[in-house]
Amino acid sequence: MGIEDKLPSGILLTTLEGVFGWLRQASFWPATMGLACCAIEMMAFGTPRYDSGRWGQEVFRASPRQADLMIVSGRVSQKMAPVIRQVYDQMPNPKWVLSMGACASSGGMFNNYAIVQGCDHFLPVDMYVPGCPPRPDMLIEAMFKLRKMVQNRPIGPNEAAAIEEAEQAALAAPAKIEMKGLMR
Amino acid sequence: MSEQTPEQNLPATGDEAVSRSVFETRKGMWTAGSSDTSGYNGLVRHLSMPGQTEPPFGQPFDAIHSRAIELIPSLADARFLFDRGELTIYVPRDQLLEVAKVFRDDAHLRFEVCVSVNGVHYPEESGSELHSVAHLLSYTHNRRVRLEVTCPEDDPHIPSLAAIYPMVDWHERETWDMFGIVFDGHPSLTRILMPDDWQGHPQRKDYPLGGVDVEYKGAKVPAPDNRRSYF
Repeated sequence: MGIEDKLPSGILLTTLEGVFGWLRQASFWPATMGLACCAIEMMAFGTPRYDSGRWGQEVFRASPRQADLMIVSGRVSQKMAPVIRQVYDQMPNPKWVLSMGACASSGGMFNNYAIVQGCDHFLPVDMYVPGCPPRPDMLIEAMFKLRKMVQNRPIGPNEAAAIEEAEQAALAAPAKIEMKGLMR
Repeated sequence: MSEQTPEQNLPATGDEAVSRSVFETRKGMWTAGSSDTSGYNGLVRHLSMPGQTEPPFGQPFDAIHSRAIELIPSLADARFLFDRGELTIYVPRDQLLEVAKVFRDDAHLRFEVCVSVNGVHYPEESGSELHSVAHLLSYTHNRRVRLEVTCPEDDPHIPSLAAIYPMVDWHERETWDMFGIVFDGHPSLTRILMPDDWQGHPQRKDYPLGGVDVEYKGAKVPAPDNRRSYF
């Protein structure tokens, strides 16, 4: 449907990838998923001092239908997790998830019955930002990395091939718990 | 207990501690059954409520005490605890509604708001394991009092104050969610903090922390309540 059927191939596809990538990374529309303290830093990220408006990310959409980036900022409780998943499902493709802060990435300091140990238990995350909370500068750095990721994202048949390749690599990779001897 | 004589300042022997109604006996945190890493495993702590239980407590608490007993004579048998400038009344649960109504309506007491209702769980106090603590505030007289109601774990029912003090609606829901105290007469007693289909009551002392072992590359850090061991 739409432009996905009429994609060229070869050099033209690569050029089109560049154009699409540039357009997408130049205007993110974040969806508000500010849950806890990290949300304050996310708000600070939009203030004039740190100014997310420089890169077109200023307007946070309240409706997930109009958003393409979900910044999960704050601890995710057991009660909130299905809500977040539903909001994520309502976002149209292409969409990205940025897990902001220690609690959203891994449960943070809360290792207990009430907090989900990382939003990657129920969401596919593209970028993790450590910190408690991460300074807006750190969030800017994460956004830069995410924008580079978005710029290089393949489209059409290239995307299908890339997904297949990533899956094969993940299946062949060793389990993280087996990678011993790295913490020195 | 209200006058501090040198004899009463000595550490409690077994009999004295029991008479002051010990609510918990602690035997140490880090080593199994012993708080002592030196090897002398003898430390036992008996915890009981501090403060005095006999009047006079000092104004304005004596005014509350005498007026309450004047209006509800059966409260003369109830336990009054005065500690650090705060008065706590241990109300038997069958008298709770009457006491709350009187405390709200009488001109000399006039506790207009119930600021919060919390729960406490004392697993060693068999017969009255679950406590529900209601904090009352009087705007007109600018003073506070605490009503504490106990109930056993096998019959965790306490009358609801929601009809008298509407503010405790969600506080009682939270106490039900966290401790399992069923408030009879509450308009809608459902879970408020945990998901609706959660099993168990998390803030009870025998509820596990529920932490997960954290795995790094090649290393595993146990959950917080499993970490220390001196063996």
